[in-house]
Amino acid sequence: MINTEIEQEMIKPPLPPGPLKWVKENLFSSIFNSVMTVALIPIVFYLLFSVVSWALFSADWRAVTQFPLLYTVGQYPRDQIWRVGVILSSIFLFLGISWGRWGGLLRSISLAAGLVCVVTALLPVQHPQLDQGMRLFLGSNTVMILIGYFIGRIKAVKASVIVVGWLLIPICAVVLLAGIENSELIPNVPTTLWGGLLVTFLLAAGGILLSFPLGVALAFGRRSDLPVLSGFSTIFIEVIRGVPLVTILFMFSIILALFLPVESRIDRLVRALMAVTVFSAAYSAENVRGGLQSVPLGQIEAAKALGMSNLKTTVFIVLPQALRAVLPAIAGQFISLFKDTTLVVIIGINDFLGIGRSIINSDPEFVQLRTEVYIFIALIYWIFSYLMSLASRRLETAMGISDNL
Amino acid sequence: MTNNQPLISDKANIPFYRDERIIKIFAQVLSAVIIVGILIWAIINFFKAADARNMTLTFSFLKESAGFPISNPPIDYDPSMSFARAFQVGLVNTLLVSGLGIIFATIFGTLIALARLSSNWILSRIALVFIEFHRNIPLLVLLFLWYFVVFGMVPQVKESIKWPGPIFLNKRGIYIAWPRLTETGGIFVTMAAIGILVSIIVFIILRKRRKITGKATYYLPASLGLLIVFFLFGWLLSGGTPFQMDIPSFTGINYQGGLRLTPEFAGMFLSLSLYTAAFIAEVVRGGIQAVDKGQIEAARAIGLPPMQVLSLVIMPQALRIIIPPMISQYLNLTKNSSLALAIGFQDVFAVGKIVINQAGRAVPVFALIMLTYLSLSLLTSFVLNIYNRRIQFVTR
Amino acid sequence: MYRKYFPVLAIFIVLALVLTACGSTAADEPAEVVAVEEDILNRVLDRGKVVCGGRTDLAGFGMLDADGRNEGFDIDFCRAVAAAVLGDPEAVEVVPLTASDRGPVLQTAEVDILSRNVTWTSSRDAQWGNFTNVMFYDGQGFMIRKDSGIGSTDEFDGATVCVTSGTTTEQNLSDFFRQNGMEYEAVIFEETAAVYSAYEEGRCDITTSDKSQLASVRSGFANPDDHIILDITISKEPLTPAVPHGDDTWFDIVKIVSFALINAEELGVTQANVEEMKSSDNINVLRLLGEEGDWGYTDLGLAPDALAKAISAVGNYGEIYDRYMGPNGISFTLPRGPNLNWYDGGLIYAPPIK
Repeated sequence: MINTEIEQEMIKPPLPPGPLKWVKENLFSSIFNSVMTVALIPIVFYLLFSVVSWALFSADWRAVTQFPLLYTVGQYPRDQIWRVGVILSSIFLFLGISWGRWGGLLRSISLAAGLVCVVTALLPVQHPQLDQGMRLFLGSNTVMILIGYFIGRIKAVKASVIVVGWLLIPICAVVLLAGIENSELIPNVPTTLWGGLLVTFLLAAGGILLSFPLGVALAFGRRSDLPVLSGFSTIFIEVIRGVPLVTILFMFSIILALFLPVESRIDRLVRALMAVTVFSAAYSAENVRGGLQSVPLGQIEAAKALGMSNLKTTVFIVLPQALRAVLPAIAGQFISLFKDTTLVVIIGINDFLGIGRSIINSDPEFVQLRTEVYIFIALIYWIFSYLMSLASRRLETAMGISDNL
Repeated sequence: MTNNQPLISDKANIPFYRDERIIKIFAQVLSAVIIVGILIWAIINFFKAADARNMTLTFSFLKESAGFPISNPPIDYDPSMSFARAFQVGLVNTLLVSGLGIIFATIFGTLIALARLSSNWILSRIALVFIEFHRNIPLLVLLFLWYFVVFGMVPQVKESIKWPGPIFLNKRGIYIAWPRLTETGGIFVTMAAIGILVSIIVFIILRKRRKITGKATYYLPASLGLLIVFFLFGWLLSGGTPFQMDIPSFTGINYQGGLRLTPEFAGMFLSLSLYTAAFIAEVVRGGIQAVDKGQIEAARAIGLPPMQVLSLVIMPQALRIIIPPMISQYLNLTKNSSLALAIGFQDVFAVGKIVINQAGRAVPVFALIMLTYLSLSLLTSFVLNIYNRRIQFVTR
Repeated sequence: MYRKYFPVLAIFIVLALVLTACGSTAADEPAEVVAVEEDILNRVLDRGKVVCGGRTDLAGFGMLDADGRNEGFDIDFCRAVAAAVLGDPEAVEVVPLTASDRGPVLQTAEVDILSRNVTWTSSRDAQWGNFTNVMFYDGQGFMIRKDSGIGSTDEFDGATVCVTSGTTTEQNLSDFFRQNGMEYEAVIFEETAAVYSAYEEGRCDITTSDKSQLASVRSGFANPDDHIILDITISKEPLTPAVPHGDDTWFDIVKIVSFALINAEELGVTQANVEEMKSSDNINVLRLLGEEGDWGYTDLGLAPDALAKAISAVGNYGEIYDRYMGPNGISFTLPRGPNLNWYDGGLIYAPPIK
């Protein structure tokens, strides 16, 4: 889908045509096109102008600017907030390392992230939540990215180490955020206090990391020649894919408790994560299955001829080719999982969207400001989701996957 | 299997725990036992809990009076009717919004795809912005934006916007003047239906004959002519007034009459179909771009007009690629309609949740909701897959 | 192609059969009632925390401050219980619940207290859990837009009404219109805030809810004077904290904490003067603060000064009320009305602590 654009760019003659010629070719190539251009330009300008002037002059951004910490970490205790800071810094460190190692889009992301930190740290406004410590912390993140960059430039740092580091971050993050019972340094923080972007990202990252292996297992299960296994996998996949995510969330949040022993209580956030994981796994399974089907039989036969065991053939021959073939589909699935985490609002979890709604409702005055809040929320989701799709496209190009169509 | 024969001929030497067939059977039995065991365990737990907490598992409550209102029920409903009826209202709402959503999303998505492929740079960029905007924000956020932000800007009832038609637009919805059948309208409708049926049959027969004999049978004018004759006849029989325009009018508090789209329905319908249209646009664009350029050039070379290039050469080939992902988009749209409760549109999930709350029967109602969506999905994918097979078959 | 649907269809048919079987055979046989045994008090003590079903999205009753701390009238009650049982008003974990979560969550004892302005009704008492003591007397009222052309309830016919789903409000509304033989168009949202957003925008002529909520919402409007809250009250809404069925001791503790808060106001014990009141010469004050006699703490397994701790944590009933809804309240100002003490002509009355 995407590569056609790149192909077109590559086909372009080496010398770009002059601006006049470009205008003629792209805007006024025929009468119809000219009419269209003349009609569209004022509309576009009018829309842009009204949006920008609204955002700058008539919008009241109080409900957004007063609560930066609520939007990012929700109710996480303010005296324990350094834990989120540690996680954020290590993410920035690894971002820097990856930039040093691979460059490309990571460079732009790192620079943008660093820029955002510096600008926020230097904002010339008085804000109770943007005190000296917070500014210092934000500033130091820029340094973290740079340190990471230089570490990444060192040849001795293996790519696999970096990838493992990335995978470890969410696990360490959960441990650090949850804390340890009766610990002085990191006391337990119940998940009901987690909120905002923190929960959105945890649900998305957790969902991706957990649903993918489950999806691969289900895909193999469905293709298995054991009727019980394939039957069960098929039923599981088709039932989950046949119902909306809200019903699955609802099932895990309310119905599941009725089917477990009375004493057992599963954390609400964990239940939401389970629902998201199960839902996403069913879709991943179908994607992976598509990939498995695309691996030529000759490959498997060749591996067998070389005396590889079934397991080795699967892990080293079939799976890599299958995943490579369906990478675009899987990436798309992960992006939609990120967006779908918003649905946890419906079962009462205060993720980024949920916090926004709580803020609107916390003060009768803010009900009027919902437009600003919703637009801000939409913008943030859009930025992260767009970054994810940009990254997946770059990855596809880097891996030389031809158009997925 | 046959070439393996010599290898395993010496069965006695293979211990049972390495015999592949036994391992397979064992694995199946084991997994079956585990799965069934977990299910039984869960069900026993449930019955224990149900007993202890006075929960009943019957569907008999469905006959009880619901007692709660539903906004703008599409079929006859009032709170004294049963829970089952309330559920039906929700189901009709779901079907309505997803059916119309699918039609609109398809049309709009195709238009966006064509705009995206346009040689006009501005048009193409606008389409790109539309696609990227909708693909990268959560549907729930889009729903809030449409319902609370966009519909928030619509004027109050007394300052309604009036468009020719007449169409009125205000906070209470969109009111469109709509033809309603008069007393004699039934005759017209019957005649029209017969006319449509007859002309379709004539169309098919004549076209088939043309395909076989190669002679011009004028199938299009013939069937259209028949259709017009039937319509005219029906119109005359009904005394010239089969329809009457039902024009919305202001009656003190609200507008009455005409066809009314509530803001909840409109918000749901618009955001659902625009969101899906963005995905459909990418599917359609991919399908069209996948058609071999040589095919298009060849079609142009033999002098086909642009419309025929599109309808006879590009579309039939693109459709084969487009249909399968399109089916999953349709299914997504249907499932996504369950977000309706966020903006007060009462689909089957929203009504189900209220029923759970009022009747307190979580499990039976929940099972009903799941079954409803499951059958909707299976039905949709079943029907569309038959269509898909036909399309794919044409390729030979 | 179709093979993949067979297993699904199979399970589908089986499910459908099972469900119809359930529906036809087991119809209406009352389930055998087995008393639930819960040990909530010990769970709370082990956990060191009271899990409180609340909300984060209703000004005055349950909301968040800029630091993400839960506050509100309902939340303070949970804090009082935590202070009494655990000695720490911060040992509260607030679980935000939607209106439709409340029942199931209490039934499965996932929360120790449900304090999320729940109306006490007989069917909820039977199904959900034990309701303790009315903390807020409310009633359902109507708010109308001045420019809607509606002056009184007689002119409601044909009006559009915004209402929350999954609450008693919705049923009361439908009963009201049915009894008066009037037609209306309901616009129904799951979320309280959505109801008021829609009303404020002009989607509806009327909105209906508990009067306290209407007052709070009206105070936040850009032009409060454009909206009128009608005098009529169409229902009784006793907002009451509830606990799960099955633990009588816990039920008693929560009830007694609420009695203590009310008695404290009556006796003039406040958050500020708890310590000095411990040497008061009023015998009832001494009993309340555990300085004299046993108010039941030995049987309940609590400390003698448990109630004193609750009062010093959140203040007496009047202080809690004023903190959020008093003249200088955080959220809005609502006259106490029926929530005045009995000796001032209100309904707030609690058994003595002795």
